[in-house]
Amino acid sequence: MPHTFPPDSVGLVTPQTAHFHEPLALDCGRSLANYEMVYEIYGTLNSDRSNAVLICHALSGDHHVAGYHDEDDPGKPGWWDNCIGPGKPIDTREFFVVCCNNLGGCKGSTGPTAINPENLKPYGPDFPIVTVKDWVRSQARLADQLGIAQWAAVVGGSLGGMQAMQWAIAFPDRVRHSLVIAAAPRLSAQNIAFNEVARQAILSDPDFHHGHYYEFGVVPRRGLMLARMLGHITYLSDEGMRAKFGRELREGKMNFNFNFDTEFQVESYLRHQGHAFVDRFDANTYLLITKTLDYFDPAADFDEDLSAAFHRTQAHFLVIAFTSDWRFAPARSREIVRALVRAGREVSYAEIPSEYGHDAFLMPIPLYHETLRGYLARVAREVNNRAA
Amino acid sequence: MRPELELISEWIRPGARVLDLGCGDGALLAYLREHRQVSGYGLEIDSTNMLQCIQAGVNVIHADLEAGLADFGESSFDYVIMTQTLQAVRQTEALLDEMLRVGRQGIVTFPNFGFWRCRVQIALQGLMPVVKTLPYQWYNTPNIHLFTLYDFEQLCRRKHIDILQRMVLDHAHRPRLGPKLWPNLLGEIALYRLGRA
Repeated sequence: MPHTFPPDSVGLVTPQTAHFHEPLALDCGRSLANYEMVYEIYGTLNSDRSNAVLICHALSGDHHVAGYHDEDDPGKPGWWDNCIGPGKPIDTREFFVVCCNNLGGCKGSTGPTAINPENLKPYGPDFPIVTVKDWVRSQARLADQLGIAQWAAVVGGSLGGMQAMQWAIAFPDRVRHSLVIAAAPRLSAQNIAFNEVARQAILSDPDFHHGHYYEFGVVPRRGLMLARMLGHITYLSDEGMRAKFGRELREGKMNFNFNFDTEFQVESYLRHQGHAFVDRFDANTYLLITKTLDYFDPAADFDEDLSAAFHRTQAHFLVIAFTSDWRFAPARSREIVRALVRAGREVSYAEIPSEYGHDAFLMPIPLYHETLRGYLARVAREVNNRAA
Repeated sequence: MRPELELISEWIRPGARVLDLGCGDGALLAYLREHRQVSGYGLEIDSTNMLQCIQAGVNVIHADLEAGLADFGESSFDYVIMTQTLQAVRQTEALLDEMLRVGRQGIVTFPNFGFWRCRVQIALQGLMPVVKTLPYQWYNTPNIHLFTLYDFEQLCRRKHIDILQRMVLDHAHRPRLGPKLWPNLLGEIALYRLGRA
């Protein structure tokens, strides 16, 4: 019997595929001759095409941001379902919401798992490194195909927030509002260091085969799992971990065994996260996207002056950070705000108390969601005033 | 609130860039944007207030005034405004300095502790005053620095801050004759426009 979805869900959704035949020149100097982008849409585009909102995903996200794929076996909804839907902060009764899987991804858009037309084998490590700027250019082409000249808002958390920022910088007249959540103007040495350990975990897995593991019928499970476990530590906060796991033992006592089975709850959580990730993610994509993160640095094109990077932007900005996020701490968001203020741009900044660490941007924290709701209600008012 | 907004807006040049310290629900900035076409930001620490600003479409930056204004450049605003906030901050002096570093001019409003009712309550009843502009009890008041017009003007002199304009009002922000004649005795609220050469 078909499942009934909650009334504030976008319900059953079907991913769509856009095909591109114009070569896309990339920052690395190479180009993609043909590529595909998988995306999902929710809500209705209004007659003057002014109510479109782009959601940009982070490292392990994809185009499936809200709703369900299977009526009979709904499982988990999209990764930001708590925020997108009728009556939710990103209200699909007001907005036409678009989210695509970025190039280099492993969920349907052209990436390392796709077939390289030159040798009819999967690209693997031969897939070009793509940057946030490349992503934004490719998203702009998708917007062209969908007939969206200007976004009412571009919204993203973490690496998604970097795309929201880059959109405003690269296409000033195509973004009315840029919502930059739990992001940073560029990675710190510490951030890059964590990425490097994650990469080394994958690269040193004997099943990696220099990235050509598809041909050997294996995947570098252990490496990818380790990378994800490390990542998860950086997504949580010390206090959040303490609250969630404490020093809880799975069997209620210490075994003093030298076999290193999981004894503490936190170990079992990390192993579970690592295992689950290996089944749904590609190691080459993980490597590629950590480089995309490392390379992001909009100030670099403007003499290291971030406010100069924002000088041409026309969007209004909402910057949000979370108190216990140490991956992209509030201080990093304040760097963005400071640069925007110096550039004389319109910006609001909200610092949300939370113990969820970096993961907070995916959580339905009441103050956070009210902030998004309040801001987007205003964006919706502007859309409706334009239409009137 | 309305009369105070009007009085302040009369001092603001149209099109100016404004920073409002402790902007509350953003009413002043919204008013100035509409009537004086100003641009700028409010700083606010309280989440409920911040949310109201965002709902009203007022630029608000979540910030603690006690930490100073280091994120803002010298003379980057035409006016830095602080309404009914100076008496509630710990770093009074430092904040005045910061205000006149970041702003070409400062606008300050505060309740006058020299108002005669305050004097009577403390002198005759021996109790900390509770009046319309200072409605709290001593144990729950956010107002940790209480001062009179004269106190404030003395501080300005000592710090070489120029008082460009002053208005002394009753509790409903009406410019009455009494406060005009005996400001420190009959004035309940003071508005100052400040500068530093």
